[in-house]
Amino acid sequence: MAFGTSWGLNAYGWFGRARRIVATAYNLEFEKPLLELEKQIAHLKRMARDQQIDVGREIAPLESKLTSLRREIYDGLTPLQRVLVARHPSRPYTLDYLDLTFTDFIELRGDRLFRDDPAIVGGWARFRGRTVMVIGHQKGRDTKENLKRNFGMPHPEGYRKALRLMRMAERFHAPVITLIDTPGAYPGLGAEERGQAEAIARNLEDMASLKTATIAVIIGEGGSGGALALALADRVMMFENSVYSVISPEGCAAILWQDASQKERAAEALKITARDLQQLGVIDDIVPEPPGGAHADPEGAAEALSEVLARHLADLDRVPVDRLVPLRAEKYLKMGQFTED
Amino acid sequence: MAWFRKDRKARTSSREKLEIPADAWDKCDECGHVDLREKFDRALQVCPNCGYHKRINSRKYIEILTDPDSFEELFENIRPVDPLRFESYADRLVATQKLVGMADAVVTGAGTLTGVPLHVAAMEFAFMGGSMGSVVGEKIARLTALSLKKKVALVIVSASGGARMQEGVLSLMQMAKTSPLISQLRDQGIPYISILTNPTTGGVSASWAMQGDINLAEPGALIGFAGPRVIKQTIGQDLPKGFQTSEFLVEHGMVDAVVPRSDLADTVARLIRLMQRRPAFEAVD
Repeated sequence: MAFGTSWGLNAYGWFGRARRIVATAYNLEFEKPLLELEKQIAHLKRMARDQQIDVGREIAPLESKLTSLRREIYDGLTPLQRVLVARHPSRPYTLDYLDLTFTDFIELRGDRLFRDDPAIVGGWARFRGRTVMVIGHQKGRDTKENLKRNFGMPHPEGYRKALRLMRMAERFHAPVITLIDTPGAYPGLGAEERGQAEAIARNLEDMASLKTATIAVIIGEGGSGGALALALADRVMMFENSVYSVISPEGCAAILWQDASQKERAAEALKITARDLQQLGVIDDIVPEPPGGAHADPEGAAEALSEVLARHLADLDRVPVDRLVPLRAEKYLKMGQFTED
Repeated sequence: MAWFRKDRKARTSSREKLEIPADAWDKCDECGHVDLREKFDRALQVCPNCGYHKRINSRKYIEILTDPDSFEELFENIRPVDPLRFESYADRLVATQKLVGMADAVVTGAGTLTGVPLHVAAMEFAFMGGSMGSVVGEKIARLTALSLKKKVALVIVSASGGARMQEGVLSLMQMAKTSPLISQLRDQGIPYISILTNPTTGGVSASWAMQGDINLAEPGALIGFAGPRVIKQTIGQDLPKGFQTSEFLVEHGMVDAVVPRSDLADTVARLIRLMQRRPAFEAVD
C-alpha cells in the first residue's frame, strides 16, 4: 500500500488529481447559460446563509432546471462543440482515470532504446481486483506540465514504450487497456529522424498479433494515426463527447477550403462523433458521460468507464486466447465501404 | 565605288535541316537539362544529366516490376463510394476517374519477375494524391491475403500523401485493416518488399510502406510521417537540407537501401530469390 502511494505521488503530487480538476472553469460559449444559473443558485445559497432564511423552495426548481438545461445543451452539441469538450482543459486525462477507475498503478517508463516519452504513460494496475496493463496518452494540466508532456503528442519513443508494455502484458497474460487522448503524433524534427512513421506502423502490426485481450477507449481527442497507434484493439469505444478523426477540423478546412475558420463545416463533414462512428461500424460501444460532460463530474465519468470496461472484459474473457488474433483481423477486415460489381 | 561592293548572297545552310518535332524534347524538372524524350523514356524518366527521378505512373511501375505479358490485374472491379456523403467528393471521384482512367488510387495484380511469381500493388499519385481510402485499403488487403494463401511474395509501390480525408475515419481504419495481414505475412515468412517513391507520407508511411521485411526507396523521394509544411509550421523554422529524403531515411535506419529506378527490378528479383524460405530444421529426438 505504502508502495502504491509513493508511486501515486510520482504521478500526481501530494494532492489528488481528481480534486484539482473539479474546479471547472466554464470557458465554452455554449455553457454560458449554465454558468448564469449556477451563479443564481450560489447567490441564493449565500443569501440563505447570511440572512438565515429558508430558500429551499426557490432553489429546488432552479437546480432541476440546471440539470435539465445541462442535459439539453449536451444532447444537442454540434460536432465542433464536441471537439471543444473533448479538448476541455479540465477533462479527465489518463492519470485521472488511473486514479479513479483503477487501483495499485505502478508507472513503467522508457522504451529501452532512446528515452522515456512523458506524452504516453503506462504501467501495471488493477481493475476490479484483476491485473491489467494500462497505457494512455497524457496531456498536461498547465503550461509547465504541457511542455513536459508535449500536449499529449508522442514521439516515436512513446509508441515504442507502449509496445514494450503491451508485449509485457502478453507475456503475463494480462489484458491491455489503452486510453486515447492526443491531438496527433508529434510532427517535429526529432520525431521524423527517429521514425515516427515506422513506430506507428510497427505498433499497428504488433497490436494486430498481440496474444492477449485489448480494449481501446477514446477518452478525449482521437487524433489520426497518433491515436490509432494505440487503438488497434479487440474492442474500441469512445466517450460520448470524445472525437476520433483522420485530421483535425481546422486542418481539413485549411486543406479543402484554404480557410481554417470553416472548421464547423469540416467537423460536420468528417463524421467524428461517437454516434457517427458507431453507425459507421468503427467503434463497438459508447461510454456515457455525466450531464455536462466528463469535466463536470470526473468521478461519474470514471464510474461509467468502469462499467463499460467490466462488461467488455467479461466478454473477452470468454474468447479463447488463440482466437483473439484471428477475430481481431476479421473485425478490421470489415471496415471501409466500396462497391464491387 | 562599285568596285569593292560585293554581292551579298543570303546565307543558307548547305545541310538538310533536321526535322525534329517540338514534342520530341523533354526537360528535367530538377536541373533543366533538355534531351530527347526517347532518352528520358529509355532511362525510365530518370534525367540523364542529374539523375532526378521524375514521377512515373502506377502502370509504369507494374511494367518495370513484372515480366512482359505476365501481369494479370486483380480486384479492378472494386470501386469507391462516398460513405460520408462528403461535400463534393462524389463529383471529384468521377472527374478524377475520367482524368486518370482508373477507379481509384492503386493497381493490384499478379505476375512474374524473372520467372519468379509475385503479387504487385502500385499506388497512383495522380489519383487524388495517391490518397488511401476504402478501395485502396481493400485492394491491398486482398492482395496480401492472396499472398498468404498462395505463399507468393508481395511488393507494394507506395506513392501517397496519406489518408483520404473525404472518407474520414474509415480511411484511417484501412491502416488497421491491412496491418493484421502483413503481420501474418511476417509470421509465415512470406517476403514483403515495400518500395517507397516520391512522396510517401502520412497514413501510408505509417502503415504498409514502413512494414516491409525490406523497405527500398527511390533516390530523392520525400518520405516521412508529417509533411514538411506541417513540421515547418510546428517548429517555426526552416527544415535542414535533405530532411525527409530517401537518403536521410537510410542514414537514420528507416529504409534498407536507396535503389535507382533502373536497378529496381533486378534488386527486387534478387531479394525475392534470396528470401525463399527453406523448410525449418527439424529437431530429432
